[in-house]
Amino acid sequence: MPVDGFMYPNEIELQWSVLIVVYPFVTGLVAGAFILASLERIFHVTAVKPTYRLALLTALSFLLVAPLPLQLHLGRPERSLEMYLTPHTSSAMAMFGFVYLWYLMAVILLEIWLEFRQEIVLLSQSCTGAKRLLYRVLTLGSSNISEGALRVDDKVGWVITLIGIPSAFLLHGYVGFIFGSVKANPWWSSPLMPVVFIFSAMVSGIAVVLLLYMATARMRHQSIDMRCVDTIAQYLLYTFIIDFGLEMLDLIHRIYEADESFRSLDFMMHTKLFFSQVVLQIALGTLVPILTLGAIQMFHVPEKLRKIAYAVCGCLTIIGIFAMRWNVVIGGQLFSKSFLGYTTYKVDLISREGELIAAGLLVLPFMILAVLVKILPPWPKSEAASAD
Amino acid sequence: MHLTKFKDAEHLVRLAGAFAIVLVLFLLIRAHFIPKSFGQYGHYRGNALAELSSKPVIYAGHNACEECHSDVLDVKKVGKHAGVNCEACHGPLAKHAEDPGSVVPQLPDTAVLCVRCHEENIAKPKGFPQVVGAQHSSGEVCKTCHQPHSPLLSPGEKKS
Amino acid sequence: MITRRKLIVLLPAAALAWKYVLAGTPETAPNYNRSEHWWGMLLDIDKCIGCGNCVRACSTENNVPDGYFRTWVERYHVAGWEQETPQVDSPSGGIKGFPPSRFEGGKNFFVPKMCNHCVDSPCTQVCPVGATLHTPDGVVLVDETYCLGCRYCIQACPYGCRFLHPTKHTAEKCSLCYHRITKGLTTACCENCPTGARQLADLKNPDDPIHEFLRTHSVQVLKPHLATGAKAYYHDLDGSVR
Repeated sequence: MPVDGFMYPNEIELQWSVLIVVYPFVTGLVAGAFILASLERIFHVTAVKPTYRLALLTALSFLLVAPLPLQLHLGRPERSLEMYLTPHTSSAMAMFGFVYLWYLMAVILLEIWLEFRQEIVLLSQSCTGAKRLLYRVLTLGSSNISEGALRVDDKVGWVITLIGIPSAFLLHGYVGFIFGSVKANPWWSSPLMPVVFIFSAMVSGIAVVLLLYMATARMRHQSIDMRCVDTIAQYLLYTFIIDFGLEMLDLIHRIYEADESFRSLDFMMHTKLFFSQVVLQIALGTLVPILTLGAIQMFHVPEKLRKIAYAVCGCLTIIGIFAMRWNVVIGGQLFSKSFLGYTTYKVDLISREGELIAAGLLVLPFMILAVLVKILPPWPKSEAASAD
Repeated sequence: MHLTKFKDAEHLVRLAGAFAIVLVLFLLIRAHFIPKSFGQYGHYRGNALAELSSKPVIYAGHNACEECHSDVLDVKKVGKHAGVNCEACHGPLAKHAEDPGSVVPQLPDTAVLCVRCHEENIAKPKGFPQVVGAQHSSGEVCKTCHQPHSPLLSPGEKKS
Repeated sequence: MITRRKLIVLLPAAALAWKYVLAGTPETAPNYNRSEHWWGMLLDIDKCIGCGNCVRACSTENNVPDGYFRTWVERYHVAGWEQETPQVDSPSGGIKGFPPSRFEGGKNFFVPKMCNHCVDSPCTQVCPVGATLHTPDGVVLVDETYCLGCRYCIQACPYGCRFLHPTKHTAEKCSLCYHRITKGLTTACCENCPTGARQLADLKNPDDPIHEFLRTHSVQVLKPHLATGAKAYYHDLDGSVR
C-alpha cells in the first residue's frame, strides 16, 4: 500500500498529475516574460530594449502551449468547449478560460502584430511563394506603414502594454487563485497564493528571457549587451527578494499559528517534500541565485564571470520555480484531508499524463519560438546586416 | 486631416472587423451547442434531473417484500430483527419483486452471513449482541440454533 | 474598406443568426414535485456496527467500481485524552466489514462517511461548466454526460467523498440514490443498514422523525468550521473524528 497512516479511501490516488505542474509553470513564464517586456515600454528601462521583442515572442510561445497540459489531463477532453459555452461564473477555472482568451487575443497577439507590422508589410512585398501569402494574410489587407500609421501603432501598442500589465497579473494571479481559493486544502488555501504565484512567475519569466537572450546571441555569434543583461539580472534580484519574502511569510505564519493542519504539513515537508522543497526550491532555486545576484550588485565581478553566473542562476531559478509548482500541486495532494496520513505519487513514464509528455510540453514552446523568430525576427535592427 | 487620420488607423478597423467576425462565430457556435435544457433550474442541464431519477432500481425495498411475504413479516416484526430489512440479508431483489417467478433468490448461507454483524469487534457499540464465532457455536452454523427472522433464544431454548 | 454594400449583405445575415441564438426552449419537468422535499441524512454513531452492508449495497445499487467509494465506513481508536491523532482504518472502505482490531482498550467506534449534500457546497462552486449541481430538493448530483473530468470538484470537497470514475472518466459520488428517493423508496444504504444507524431524512416533511431527533439530541456535522452547510447529521460524533 502506498499509504502511510490513514487517508480517505478516495484520496489515495492523486487527481492532478505532473501536467498540472507544467501548466502553472508555463503560464507563469508567459506573465513573467511579458512583465519584462513592459519594463521597457512603460517604465522606460531602456537598457532592456534588446530583449523586448524576444520577450513578446517567448510569451506567445508559452501561451500557445499553456492549454495543452490541461487538454491532455481532462477525463473528457472532447467536452472542453463547454468551458466557453456554459462557463460557471463562480468557478475560477472557468473564468480563467476567458482571462486566457483575453490575454491571447487582446494583449499578446495584438501587441506583437502592432510591434512587427512594419516588417510584416515589408516582407509581404519582398518575399515570394508561400511566405508571401503568409505575410499578406498577417497584414490583414492593409499595407499602410506611413509615419502616421506607425505612430498610431506605437500609441495603441503603448496602451495595450499598459493594459497588459494588470492582465498578466490577472492571468497568473488567477492560476494562483484556482489553488488559493480551495478551502478544503490547507496547503493551498491562502490569500497569499495568487501573490506568490505572480511573483514567482515574474522571477521565472525574467530568468527564461535572460537565458534565451544570452543563448540566442551566442547562437547567432552576436555579442551580448552587458548593460542589458546586468539590468535584467537586477530586476531578477529585486523580484526574487519580494518572492522569497512572501514565501517566508507564508511559512513563518504557518509555523507560528500551527493550526490543525500544521503537524501533518510539517511532517510532509520534512519527509516527502524535503528534496523538492528545501533543497531544490529554497536552497538551490532561491537562496543561491539571490546570494549570487546580490554579490554581483555589491562587488565588482568581471564580465566573463558575470555571464556564467547569470546563466547558472537563470537555470537554477527555472528549476527552483518548477519545483515550487511541484511542491504546491503535488504536495497539496500527498497528505490526507484527515491530517492523519500520506500517499505517494508515482509518475508514469509513457502514459497520457506521464513524464515524457510533460517533458515534451516543456520543450515544445522553444520549438514554437524557433519558428516564430524565423517568421518575425526579433533581433535588434542594428544587427540586420550581420544576421544569418 | 480626418481622411489621413482614418487612413492611418484603417488597419485597426480591419482588425476590429476580424475580431467581430470571430465573436459572431463564437455566438453561433454557442447557440448551436449549448444543451436546450441548460439553465432550467440552475447552472446545469435541466434534463439531467430526469435522467438521474430514471436509473434502474436494484434493491426493491422492504415494502415490496412485505406485500407477498407477510407471513415472514409477522414473525420478524415482533423479534429482534424487526428493524433489519429483508434485502439486508437476502441481497438485492428488485428483479424478483417485479417478476417473482423468473428470479428465484438463493437462501443466504448463515455460516458466513451472520458473522458480518455479530462477530465481536472492539469498535461495536457495547450493548450490541456480538460473539466470538469460533467459541460461541463450536463449528455449528448459526441456523442450527437461531431462526434468522426472529433470532433471540430464551435461556435454555434451542430451535426445534 | 467596409462599404455600404457590404453592410447590406452582413446585417440580415446577422439578424438571422441572432434569431437562431435565441431559439430553443427547455423541456418540461417530470411528475415528482421537487419543491416539496429537502433531503438530508442522519447517521447515528451509537448504532453503527461496522458491518459494511451500506458500502456493499451502495456498490451494487449504483454500480460503483472496485476500489472507489460513494460511501465508506471508518473505524476509530482513541487511545487516551488526546483528540487530535486517533488511529483510523478503513480496509477497502469497510466493504468486507472489519477484521479484529489490533488495539485494546481506549475508545473505539465506527463512522460511516458519505457525501454531505452540502447547501453551500464547495464542489458546485468550483465546477467550471455546471456538471455538478444542486437539485431543487437539496441533493448534490453529477451530470455525467456533461462532466469534463477536470477533477476540480474532487479537490474542493473537504470530505473526500468524490472520485473520478476509472472508465467513464467523469467525477462521481454519492447521489443520495436520487433514482430511489424520487420514487418514494429510501436510499440503498439506509434500506440495508441493519441497525438503523443510517436514516434518510426529508427536512421539509413535518412528519419526518428527523425533526424530533434534532430537537432532542446532540448532533454534529463534519468540519463545521468550513461552513459548507452539510446535511449529513451525525449523532454522538466524537471530537476526534476528522
